[in-house]
Amino acid sequence: MATLEIHDLHVSVDAEGGPREILRGVDLTVKQGETHAIMGPNGSGKSTLAYSLAGHPKYTVTGGTVTLDGEDVLAMSVDERARAGVFLAMQYPVEVPGVSVSNFLRTSATAIRGEAPKLRTWVKEVKEAMERLSIDPSFAERNVNEGFSGGEKKRHEILQLELLKPAIAILDETDSGLDVDALRVVSEGVNRVRESGQVGTLLITHYTRILRYIKPDHVHVFAAGRIAESGGPELADKLEEEGYEEYVKGGASE
Amino acid sequence: MAETIPAGSTTDGVIQVGQPTDARVSAPASYDVADFPVPHGREEDWRFTPLERLRGLHDGTAVADGGVRVEVTAPAGVTVETVGRDDARLGKAGKPVDRVAAQAYSSFEKASVVSVPKETVLTEPVRIAVHGEGGTAFGHQVIAVGAFAEAVVVIDHTGDATVAANVEYLIGDGAKLTVVSVQDWDDTAVHVGQHTALVGRDATFKSVVVTFGGDLVRLHPRVVYGAPGGEAELYGLYFTDNGQHQEHRLFIDHDTPHCRSNVAYKGALQGAEAHAVWIGDVLIRAAAEGTDTYELNRNLVLTDGARVDSVPNLEIETGEIVGAGHASATGRFEDEQLFYLMARGIPADEARRLVVRGFFAELVQQIGIPELEERLIDKIEAELEASVG
Ligand SMILES: Nc1ncnc2c1ncn2[C@@H]1O[C@H](COP(=O)(O)OP(=O)(O)OP(=O)(O)O)[C@@H](O)[C@H]1O
Ligand SMILES: [Mg+2]
Repeated sequence: MATLEIHDLHVSVDAEGGPREILRGVDLTVKQGETHAIMGPNGSGKSTLAYSLAGHPKYTVTGGTVTLDGEDVLAMSVDERARAGVFLAMQYPVEVPGVSVSNFLRTSATAIRGEAPKLRTWVKEVKEAMERLSIDPSFAERNVNEGFSGGEKKRHEILQLELLKPAIAILDETDSGLDVDALRVVSEGVNRVRESGQVGTLLITHYTRILRYIKPDHVHVFAAGRIAESGGPELADKLEEEGYEEYVKGGASE
Repeated sequence: MAETIPAGSTTDGVIQVGQPTDARVSAPASYDVADFPVPHGREEDWRFTPLERLRGLHDGTAVADGGVRVEVTAPAGVTVETVGRDDARLGKAGKPVDRVAAQAYSSFEKASVVSVPKETVLTEPVRIAVHGEGGTAFGHQVIAVGAFAEAVVVIDHTGDATVAANVEYLIGDGAKLTVVSVQDWDDTAVHVGQHTALVGRDATFKSVVVTFGGDLVRLHPRVVYGAPGGEAELYGLYFTDNGQHQEHRLFIDHDTPHCRSNVAYKGALQGAEAHAVWIGDVLIRAAAEGTDTYELNRNLVLTDGARVDSVPNLEIETGEIVGAGHASATGRFEDEQLFYLMARGIPADEARRLVVRGFFAELVQQIGIPELEERLIDKIEAELEASVG
């Protein structure tokens, strides 16, 4: 059973006038089959956590550990982390001109699975996954994220989630910029992957809206670079009513 | 009244304002090298070129010592001749436009003339292998395709040499000529030349210029139309590595009514000292009613520091045209793109190859010669294997 363990994680970014600490001691354990919602105000460091786990070079880990089944994730390169089973659905997916979606998906699946998927079953697999997410088949021939609308980009991220079947899925604000229909389609996609029981999900969001579709087992309030409070789904209801004010006041320390 | 539509870009974000085509050459075209002053590097047509790396081709100090082997393999029906300087077929496509081209024209001893008789449709390409053996050489090549003939010519440049050589394409009425010129030189070679096509009535000229090698390559692909109805398609592909200077200066002279031209050049660059220059001058003269032209240059910068100067320039002297357009763009392979691909399990070097392959594949498909596609893709793959990752 895959387990992601984050212990006392400290992360800085290069800012004008020297490094600036964004994550200030994050502790979190995500097991396969579990869904953890991470909720917090803008700028609290949610994306920083997500990118740090994926290995984005902009973020410097200054302390703490991250392991996946005991393996040191922080020692791995970005692609090694992905192949080890860490998947990050990005808040702002990147356009890659010149690379078609179909070529990208196949190259990625080949890398993750360790061998090229059989062409016939692969074509069918992609086609069906796209259908389920209401992605038009023409997208297969378009360049990755190029000219995609915000909602189309998010659906494309979830398409990859479904095809790559990671051990740990980090979804960074997958709900932002989606209308109600798109939110439902995307949530159904996430739920299909969750139902397999094979994935541990870290659902990062600012709003409680997506939690009506994706039911978390645990809810964590993220403020000023660390987890300020943890609880069950009822914590989300409290946030819905009261907002983040309590945490922002108490937690902001510059 | 000339209307000049300027555009252009460099990776430094400088917009190069196009100017009337005549202003780009520092002296009128001429066969005689003495008519051109020695360039100093400030001239409009030399300002991007590192003169000190021309090994004296530009200032008269380069001395021919052979060192280039040329082999022509032609299918039956094609005539291959080596002729003297006074052969009447030489110099018909146009005069040299810069000092090095004129130096080549003034200095070559023998020219090679490849002729495809009229109405002959070749089923196999003519192959010209130019192999540098370390020396300095001046050359001249004429490829003449008779009326309604069809031919494909593949010119391969390999090895090491300092070469100034011009090529003339004489395309008869209704004829079709496709030329692929591959500059696959060693990274020490210097190659400068003018490739001028004279396109006959209703004739079709398709040029594919592929530049991978060389320390310095500077080519002038030029098109002039002898009669109405001509069509020219100019494709180019370059991969500029660290330390290489690759310069393509195109000129299409629409001086004849109802002719068409389409230009698409794409280049990828990597390494701090990689420098690619693309100049695309299209002139639609007052007489050239019914002209239809489009030119495009795209560059992909893979690493920091590589430099691109891309200057399309369209000058229109008549309003009676079908269409005229141009586009130039230089994009970077961003760290964010690399991160995105790697975050999907793809190793860094493979990610780079994926992007470059995709970038060139669009152009290769557009060229539309299936048997060439495979060869070009193989070449790109080989270049990627050698230089990326
Ligand atoms: N290069 C940088 N220089 C200075 N500060 C930075 C830099 N990069 C990020 N930050 C800061 O780090 C903090 C955390 O940013 P992060 O994107 O992780 O927040 P977030 O919780 O994901 O916010 P949102 O809800 O808006 O997505 C922000 O205050 C941001 O301004
Ligand atoms: Mg964020």
